[in-house]
Amino acid sequence: MDLELSEEQRIIVDTIRRFVREEIAPLEADLDPDASELHSDDRDRLVAKVREMGFYGLDIPARYGGPDIDIVTRTLMAIEMSQHRAGLYAPCYGVFGGAGLAQLYEASEDQKQRYLYPTLRGEKHGFFGLTEPSGGSDPARAIQTTAVKDGDDWVLNGSKIFISGADTADFGITFARTDSARGREGITCFIVDTDSPGFHVRRVVHTLRSTSYATELQYDNLRVPAANVLGEVNRGFAIANDRLTRQRIPYSAACIGVAVKAQEMAIAYANQRETFGDRLASRQAIQWMIVDNEIDIRTSRWLTLAAADKANRDQPFRTEAAMAKLVSTEAGGRVVDRSMQIHGGYGMTKDLPLERWYREIRIRRIGEGPSEVQRLIMARDLLGGSFH
Amino acid sequence: MQLRMSGPWRDLTAANIAALPGQLGVFQVADAGGNVIHIGFAGGRSLFGLRSALADEARNLGAQATSFRYEVNMQYQSRYKELLMLHAADYGDLPEHNRTDRPARLGRLG
Repeated sequence: MDLELSEEQRIIVDTIRRFVREEIAPLEADLDPDASELHSDDRDRLVAKVREMGFYGLDIPARYGGPDIDIVTRTLMAIEMSQHRAGLYAPCYGVFGGAGLAQLYEASEDQKQRYLYPTLRGEKHGFFGLTEPSGGSDPARAIQTTAVKDGDDWVLNGSKIFISGADTADFGITFARTDSARGREGITCFIVDTDSPGFHVRRVVHTLRSTSYATELQYDNLRVPAANVLGEVNRGFAIANDRLTRQRIPYSAACIGVAVKAQEMAIAYANQRETFGDRLASRQAIQWMIVDNEIDIRTSRWLTLAAADKANRDQPFRTEAAMAKLVSTEAGGRVVDRSMQIHGGYGMTKDLPLERWYREIRIRRIGEGPSEVQRLIMARDLLGGSFH
Repeated sequence: MQLRMSGPWRDLTAANIAALPGQLGVFQVADAGGNVIHIGFAGGRSLFGLRSALADEARNLGAQATSFRYEVNMQYQSRYKELLMLHAADYGDLPEHNRTDRPARLGRLG
């Protein structure tokens, strides 16, 4: 067991760190503090630079043209890429490119031609639509959207909420109940086109996060061809579950990156700010906050890298991913909160990124499965039973 | 919060602008015919929030801009985009003075 980074990993991490500090952070001085997009000329310039570095499309599998970087190294990169104001929800403003929806790599060749390859070429964008007004933590029971077979089509009726990117997407992956008597074995995954009659984006859902908002969707007799069933009929829950598990690793990494940056700011400020004739750093109350921050960061980091390592080895990693998600989101929130306390009044202002992180990282304890569900997942695995 | 902005329209005068709060938020500016010609926001970089953002509007749009309405809103980014999407859904395009500065990927409601 080697806990040291390899020479190659060290070089990659250092490269990303310099990129964030030299290319991304300076641009934020002129952007709105809540911005999530770069000006198009800056974005084009940086995308070209990332392509030149060989890192574009990081999460795209190598057989589809991705740079073939292992999951642990990608996690280390994700920790670096989020270390700026917009980094939690828009790491490097997306200039490293996306991989599209992971489920599409398991799609039929026809579906890949229509959705995956256009996505990889940047011609199409997709959304992931799982959560419903009736609940998101227990999709097997909460899904009330129905799909009924009608000739060669399925007809979907229902609604989805807290769905990111649906208003700008060309298509989406969504879930509906196709057999009401079979619980999780009665859910099917569909690819829906957003220009189809019956697909409606009803509203923006405003949250603590001013940018990268969510939406509420309604399916009103939305016809979906049978050719757009992703995987098998009544086997959609496994697709949803797999995605949720995998997503917990980068989700955790972004929280760690923000915590690292907040801690860096807290240390710099504590060493510079004086109160009652001495530096803040000389006060035990501040020292303990800094130490607690560091413990939170390192704990999150090792748990997340352990989950990434298991995923990399193709071993079961559901418990590890749940633990990483639980710890890094909660610890990240504590680190940002302590760092704001150290900064005093300035920590509350939009002059510093701390207030944005404070709002956005709160959502992380809910998004992608709340802390309580992560505990449930771990308990289920540890106790060896299936809870109903 | 209502989906569409519903506050009262006010004349875009120096006195009304001076009375505005220094908070963050969104606004619509209209011409004499009551047509919305610009939707904007007072973001975290504005010196005096809505007050300075509307003063900039009056200066930039000149005599064409005659009235405005606003909302104090900390979620000004998502509310701003929502108002743009609603306008596009209602009128088929963005307000006249938003067309040259379209967000990179504006969504659609409907």
